[in-house]
Amino acid sequence: MKIRKTAKSGPGAAVQETACPDTAAAQQEREALVAQLGESDTFLDKMRRMASDNKLAVVSAVVIVLFILLALFAPLLTPYDFDEMDLLARLAPPSAKHLFGTDELGRDVLTRLLYGARVSLAVGIIPTIVSMLIGAVLGMISGYIGGAVDAVIMRLADVMLSFPSLLLAMVIMYTLGDGIVSIFIALAVTNWASVARVVRSETLSLRETEYVEAARSIGVRDFAIIFRHILPNCIPSLIVLFTLNVPAAILSESSLSFLGIGVQLPNSSWGLMVNMGRSFLYNAPWMSLVPSAAIMLVVLAFNFLGDGLRDVLDPHLKNS
Amino acid sequence: MEQMLLEINHLKSYFFTRKGVSPAVDDVSIRVPKGKIVGIVGESGCGKSMTAKSVMDLLKYPGRVVEGEILLEGRDLTKLSAKEKRKVRGEDVSMIFQEPMTSLNPVVKVGKQVREAILIHQKTDKAEAKKRVLEVFREVGISEPEKRYDCYPHELSGGLRQRVMIAMAMVCRPKLMIADEPTTALDVTIEAQILKLIKNLCATTGMSCLLISHNLGVIAQMCDYVYVMYAGKIVEQGDVYTIFDRASHPYTKGLLASVIHLDTPQTGHLSTIPGVVPNLMHLPAGCAFCGRCQEAVGRCRAEKPELYELGNGHASRCFLSIESEAIHE
Amino acid sequence: MVKSIGKRLLQTLLVLFCVSLLIFILLRIVPGDAVTTMMGEHASAETIERLTAEMNLDKPFYVQFGYYIRDICTGNFGTSYTLNKPVTELIGAAFPNTVKLALLAAVIAWVIGIVCGVIAAVKKNGILDRIFMGVSLLGVSIPVFMVAMLLQYLIGYRLHWVDISGVESWTGFILPAIALGWNSAGSIARLTRSTLVEVLTEDYIDTARAKGRGRAAVILLHALRNAMLPVITMMALQISSLLSGAVITETIFAINGVGRLAVDAITSRDIPLLQGTVLFTTVIVIAGNLAADCLYSVLDPRIRRGA
Repeated sequence: MKIRKTAKSGPGAAVQETACPDTAAAQQEREALVAQLGESDTFLDKMRRMASDNKLAVVSAVVIVLFILLALFAPLLTPYDFDEMDLLARLAPPSAKHLFGTDELGRDVLTRLLYGARVSLAVGIIPTIVSMLIGAVLGMISGYIGGAVDAVIMRLADVMLSFPSLLLAMVIMYTLGDGIVSIFIALAVTNWASVARVVRSETLSLRETEYVEAARSIGVRDFAIIFRHILPNCIPSLIVLFTLNVPAAILSESSLSFLGIGVQLPNSSWGLMVNMGRSFLYNAPWMSLVPSAAIMLVVLAFNFLGDGLRDVLDPHLKNS
Repeated sequence: MEQMLLEINHLKSYFFTRKGVSPAVDDVSIRVPKGKIVGIVGESGCGKSMTAKSVMDLLKYPGRVVEGEILLEGRDLTKLSAKEKRKVRGEDVSMIFQEPMTSLNPVVKVGKQVREAILIHQKTDKAEAKKRVLEVFREVGISEPEKRYDCYPHELSGGLRQRVMIAMAMVCRPKLMIADEPTTALDVTIEAQILKLIKNLCATTGMSCLLISHNLGVIAQMCDYVYVMYAGKIVEQGDVYTIFDRASHPYTKGLLASVIHLDTPQTGHLSTIPGVVPNLMHLPAGCAFCGRCQEAVGRCRAEKPELYELGNGHASRCFLSIESEAIHE
Repeated sequence: MVKSIGKRLLQTLLVLFCVSLLIFILLRIVPGDAVTTMMGEHASAETIERLTAEMNLDKPFYVQFGYYIRDICTGNFGTSYTLNKPVTELIGAAFPNTVKLALLAAVIAWVIGIVCGVIAAVKKNGILDRIFMGVSLLGVSIPVFMVAMLLQYLIGYRLHWVDISGVESWTGFILPAIALGWNSAGSIARLTRSTLVEVLTEDYIDTARAKGRGRAAVILLHALRNAMLPVITMMALQISSLLSGAVITETIFAINGVGRLAVDAITSRDIPLLQGTVLFTTVIVIAGNLAADCLYSVLDPRIRRGA
């Protein structure tokens, strides 16, 4: 017997499926109800709704995919090599030859931008996935089990959240030394706490729902309840959180690299490019402004997408 | 001829949404005599709350009053300026809502909220206003008024909260009180007390009441005159005895039949009206009720019936009622 | 209520303790001798030995931690390796600048954010709403350093309106404060708008209007009181992000603040200074959160009685 949770909000509500005997009258009544209330509201339906209502979100999704593709295929797409220096065209403004100009060693900014995209996007996405996994697991355990476990996990989260995120990342970078792996770890560690908090509060309210109570009363094990009932209902919020945390991670990495603490040469990231371009801000502003604009574009795209997803998946997150 | 306090004439309030226009209140005419209690009964979504909100001009976007007059002692409320409308609200016409918990501001003490109603409309100082509030608290049966004055809504029980709402509505001695499902959210015993209170207040102060409910028992107990609404239109109206003894419209008959009495036989099915209320944006060509009506004939599906007079203030929006009334006579 | 304040204070102390422990651990696991880092590779073996003993680096871990806690409680944060002054003195000189910067940024951000959010909510779906929300989204998406550099470039360099670095007077703080607050203003505006829109659909707003209150009065007297609650929570969270942003802003505008000290400390591997600055900023964040909690329970009577 399948019981599907009804949608929290929105014009459609999932029609409950049961395996009760199906008389013709009941069938008719159900069809009338469906006609009255609208079709059922599955995830795909929600995505479709977002696509039709929120063109901006769709454009953003396309932009993000585009950036990812550009980053992945950078070596094939760039007009120049990563290290290729044209000493005669140093600090050249944008032109047909160099779409975004060159830096102080004559390297093409566009090329470096695309290569830098690999690091910046990877550092945005991977640590976020890790931190969301950690945060979600801890949050669910904390919320569901409660008691001492909850207290310990929440105190830990409080400790993490007491640090200004940049400073914590800086300290972790100091401890772990330079290197991209250190940045991954630093960003993953800084971000899990807010995810855990949100997941915990969702778990707390889901724990009190009647279907969880029903599951418990027929003897379903706690572990199975968490996996089959609580986790699926947290997923919409997690998706939205993901789209909001990735830009935060990208911004953190670029801040760290900007300060000279993050990605180091010979690797390149957008933040590092901004830092390198800083000394030339007045005579070659494109060196810093182009990667900054790229960061801004990607962050904006994720934010628009996150907003759009939030509108269809979980309007309650607006206040968190 | 009784004196009319409120006359709603051919009111139309529509909702203008992206998916189409929804005629929530479609050509509704209601009369509320002075000192009487008039009820509007119907299923959820039939337009009764919207009618009430139209009178108070509380319709939210995308709904608005499209046509019609709302005459309060001769004054057309729809033609007033925003400032004048505000003056009417709370002073001449007041309203109490269904959910007393969410209808009170959770972060303000209840005494202050009731006092606000006075201070908006009358020029007194705060101390005077507070005294008046305590008086009204006593009138509506709130025990220990001074203590309750300083309470927050979440510290009071449901019944007390509704009494506070009634106090708020009464404090400026309005001519008309609109009660929108005032007891639906309350326990049965508390419900009885609140209804008795409302009836008493109307009797002692000469106030009229427009009572909205889906509960026929409440309507029967309280009202002098009843309007039955369905899909945005009035389908039957009459004084309370006529409606309950000699209902004419099949919908009203269906509603009455579905009420269980102590002497209803225990065997057999519960009587229901099959089907659901149609989507207002996709109403059938004929009578809005024909899809669910047991007595429907061909004409019902093709033509829309008017509201036919059946004598003595009784009217019904059904082709069959004219014929059957003729037989009765 | 006293009991719950007591409980909160205890929790806060526990968090403070864990924070200092974490900082302590993180900074000592670094491979490589602290002394050699400080003195450079050319120091003599004797000097190294002497300094190691002086700085208690040869004692077991927990003993070091004990000294550390004792020092903190007596206000002794050690001496900076690179600047050779007591850390407390350095922070003392730097922190007023950070406070001025962060405070100015916060005030600008919160005032502008709330006002824009309210207007956007009231004129929902209108032109102003779209403009404000569009700009807010931009605000949330632009990295702090980009705003800072743009402002420096456009207003400082091209237009010569204000100083671009140094803080001789209050005017020197305007650009950095705008750069720092831009982000926060955007978040606050968006949150204010969405909470206010939601609050305006609540039943008690209908009640207020049924009493005869005008539109403006309903918003100011009834709606805002409820809408501000989540906004205040966000403001508390922003203390932390403002301090993070201050690190960057101070670096770009060459302001001598705690953030810049921290960056310098990291690049020069100056452990006491780094320790001091991070601990300091964390304490500020914790204090801010505690204050916000108390404020919240004052404003929302439902929380007061533990309902």
